[in-house]
Amino acid sequence: MKRVVGLTLVSLVLLVLLVFFVLPALWLLLAPTKMAADLASESPLSFGSFANIGVAWQHLTSFQDGVLFVWLRNSAVYAVGALIVTLITSIPAGYALALTKFRGRKLLLTVTLIVMIMPSAALVLPVFLELNLVHLIGTAWSIILPFSFYPFGVYLVYIYFATSLPRELLSAARLDGATEWQIFTRIALPLATPVVGLVAFFSFVGNWNNFFLPYLVLPNSDGFPIQVGLNQLLSSTPSFNPVAGAGLNITSPELALAIIIAVLPVLVLFLFSQRTLVSGMLAGATKE
Amino acid sequence: MTALDTPVVVPARRATVRRAREGGLSGPLFVSGYVVLLLAFGVLPTLYAVYLAFTNVRGQFTGLNQFLRVIQDYRFWPAFGNILVYLVFWLLLIVVLTVGVAIVLRSRMPAPVSAALRFLYYIPGALAGVASVLVWLFMLDPSVSPVNWLLNSLGLTTFAEVLAPGHLSLIFALIAFWTGAGGWIVVMYGALNNIPQEVLEAARMDGAGPWRMALHIQIPMIRKWIVYMVILAFAAGTQLFVEPQLLQTASLGRVSPTWSPNQLAYSYAFQHGDFNGAAAISLVLLVIGLAGAGLLVTRSGLFKVDES
Repeated sequence: MKRVVGLTLVSLVLLVLLVFFVLPALWLLLAPTKMAADLASESPLSFGSFANIGVAWQHLTSFQDGVLFVWLRNSAVYAVGALIVTLITSIPAGYALALTKFRGRKLLLTVTLIVMIMPSAALVLPVFLELNLVHLIGTAWSIILPFSFYPFGVYLVYIYFATSLPRELLSAARLDGATEWQIFTRIALPLATPVVGLVAFFSFVGNWNNFFLPYLVLPNSDGFPIQVGLNQLLSSTPSFNPVAGAGLNITSPELALAIIIAVLPVLVLFLFSQRTLVSGMLAGATKE
Repeated sequence: MTALDTPVVVPARRATVRRAREGGLSGPLFVSGYVVLLLAFGVLPTLYAVYLAFTNVRGQFTGLNQFLRVIQDYRFWPAFGNILVYLVFWLLLIVVLTVGVAIVLRSRMPAPVSAALRFLYYIPGALAGVASVLVWLFMLDPSVSPVNWLLNSLGLTTFAEVLAPGHLSLIFALIAFWTGAGGWIVVMYGALNNIPQEVLEAARMDGAGPWRMALHIQIPMIRKWIVYMVILAFAAGTQLFVEPQLLQTASLGRVSPTWSPNQLAYSYAFQHGDFNGAAAISLVLLVIGLAGAGLLVTRSGLFKVDES
């Protein structure tokens, strides 16, 4: 009897949490199917019509002559550009930390760990001040280069090679006369596919969602990534800002649609890579 | 795997050639690209912030004056106070609920239910950042919220009432929990899975019920992961910026523009053009972040710096 009561109570908590996690997302998906007025008057989880999505889409894409597409393109350029630089720098670095020996290796590894655990937001303002000093503010590089610095990626690659590629194998290759470059490209890289995927996933998701640095560094709407663009849409939405929003067609359904579009790339990645994501969170620290 | 076999099967011909440093010069070369980025966007900004924080506009050394000045700013302590209250809510929520839920999902739910719930709980993680704040603006606006009956029953009938200063810490904790908890539940679940079955079996033989099992076996055995989560959540929590900044935009200035320390630093740099003061506040935050990270790296034994 006691067990049944306990189980019921536990199930109830799980159910409340389920509603807490799912309801906002569900509401968001349904919001663009309704008109702004329906959101207030109709039942929250009702479905409006597909036609309304079309209307919201038209309003949204005509906002400042389709600036939405510029924002999405900027986000893609920043996130993919940074991803490429991250892979080019972090894979050889992680490999070298794991399988070669050089002066300062341990120091570099410790610094990498500390910077990786430290919240990245702590460095944003100092990075801004530095970029300002060297007059890089407002350029695409002022986003791509800081995004490319990704110690977590280096650590993931390091752990991967340290645990999956035996040193003896490399010694054998060296004795056989292979150059270091050949060892890296012919032995290490072909083995690295899983960790490349992992680093790419985390780097892309993190940079796509990043708001703080672009918000500080980019002065013009033309250069905004979608996250900063959403902030501008928000200040143009009458329900949140009656003064600035008056006369514009951006209302709650349009804003909801913009949110869905902004998270779509990450959401798709999430849906298909729960396993990847979790292994990465666990790889942040070794188990043994 | 064919690439692996080739070098192994060929017999070694010059066994006497051994290099003192494995990999020779390749190590430093391979890390060089990353080291450049580390210097440019990790070390140099920190040093520059230190320089700014200890000097004035004309570059004269001013000792601790910048720090004294920002600490005496009437907005300094309230901002840290706000963050502190937020951290208490957020850490309590995340520790009690992620660990509790993970244990329940691991030990008391049938496997398919457990898998489905873990997946659904973690979906909001995809909406981290700006999107999560905007979604919660809708959830908290009584005129459109699907739970406006709940808000009303708490006596909150307008958006302004919901965003009363006393509520903000809890609101930010809820948003953080919404996007972050699912991932941690999965991590805790994974850690629970690593507890050897024999240990649990032995406890059951001794007559331990689910409560005793959780308190005396499961929680102690995943303690490392709980500490890991708490330190990460604490360090990230101190940096809060996006959430209060967006809420400030959405509330027509009813929310203070310097609610969190990072916002205060932002305001020093952008509203007052006072980079020295901004750097001083940033350094305070940086030191907190560094302390948390240093503690975790050197004390927790979770990270391997060298293969033994």
